[in-house]
Amino acid sequence: MIEHLELFFKSIFIDNMVFAVFLGMCSYLAVSKKVSTAVGLGAAVIFVLGVTVPLNWLLDQYLLKDGALVWLGPEYADYNLSFLSFILFIATIATMVQLVEIVVEKFSPSLYNSLGIFLPLIAVNCAILGGSLFMQAREIPNLGLALNYGVSSGIGWFLAILAIAAIREKIRYSNVPAPLRGLGITFIITGLMGIGFQSFGGMLTGDNEPPEEPTATTTAKAKEEKEIKKELEDEEKTVSYNEVINK
Amino acid sequence: MALLSKKDANLILDPLADNNPITIQVLGICSALAITAELKASVVMAVSVMFVLAMGNVVISLMRNIIPSKIRIIVQLVVVATLVIIVDQVLKAFAYELSKTLSVFVGLIITNCIIMGRFEAFALGNGPWKSFLDGLGNAAGYGIILVIVGFFRELLGSGTLFGFKVLGDPVTKTGLYSIGYENNGFMIIPPAALIVVGIIIWVQRSRNRSLIEEA
Repeated sequence: MIEHLELFFKSIFIDNMVFAVFLGMCSYLAVSKKVSTAVGLGAAVIFVLGVTVPLNWLLDQYLLKDGALVWLGPEYADYNLSFLSFILFIATIATMVQLVEIVVEKFSPSLYNSLGIFLPLIAVNCAILGGSLFMQAREIPNLGLALNYGVSSGIGWFLAILAIAAIREKIRYSNVPAPLRGLGITFIITGLMGIGFQSFGGMLTGDNEPPEEPTATTTAKAKEEKEIKKELEDEEKTVSYNEVINK
Repeated sequence: MALLSKKDANLILDPLADNNPITIQVLGICSALAITAELKASVVMAVSVMFVLAMGNVVISLMRNIIPSKIRIIVQLVVVATLVIIVDQVLKAFAYELSKTLSVFVGLIITNCIIMGRFEAFALGNGPWKSFLDGLGNAAGYGIILVIVGFFRELLGSGTLFGFKVLGDPVTKTGLYSIGYENNGFMIIPPAALIVVGIIIWVQRSRNRSLIEEA
């Protein structure tokens, strides 16, 4: 249970799709002019991520991973098809988006009207493919967590687009320098929001664990410390080497 | 440019400045910004996108008359995915460390909006040679922004370029560091990339007033 909660908050706040890894930026910038459309697209992203990440997790587990084909028989244990993951993941996503669109149109016309126009847009949204690729790269251990990961990253993306849309609606009344109007100021605001979100980095490090995503200054310090340590070690090595020679 | 007619040359030169895919068309920001903390990664990313976009444009342009328009998105995705797999495997074979740094972002070239955008807007309606030039030009326009952002972030954030310590050594306090200069750790964190791009847009639009958006 606790790992579910941890993954949930981590994917929403710390590894936020938009602010930490810049996924889905194109639609994020293009569709964030009004809050209502932003909500529609955000909901569609949560939905599609929640469907495709678990599906791709199954694909990865039983088809693509090193030795994943072993359920076919022991002679298949040596196969590693992971180089096919890009093409399979994107095919799953494109097909799922089409399927979801058809199903939703058939059974819930009202949902289709609010969500439908955004669905085709989503097939080529980097956040969706990124969700599946990160799921693979981070080696999420089971289906439940994969579902959790998909939905919570979707929620993170939803929050981000909702926030920027609200800010953009307000900023229309401000006197922004002419060359920054529109795209430029949106970039800078997103950057500032990203810096704000960085402060969530320490959220899940209550125990004595080292922080998972240290802030920039600490990384720089840690880097320096590491370098000094390395130099010290090198010196030690040369010293001991000399001793050996002397002996 | 004796090799190219003036029209063809414009296909390459336009996207470099006044029709830049990132700052004007707002395409392909997704997979780009996260990897610009180092110049080397930016250059590799730019070259990879150039390969995928130019080759993809040629392939789509050759097939443009036989692709049924209803399933063209899937056909395009398959073409891009195949090219990206090639790039990914080459990187893994010859630059393993770098491919670890780029991690999932190589795969995300597939959903880079520049690629789908150019396929839709250009390759489906033009011949292979023109499409090749268009791909080259747009990928170069994208690459230029990547390299500029990577240059400033690495120089100001780590004081290095391509991993060489151009400003001196921050630990032993040589070069610029001996007079009290410090690295700006702020430039290394991801949101700084957005702010750098914002500033690039600002500079470009102040120089060319016709690009300013009506709010």
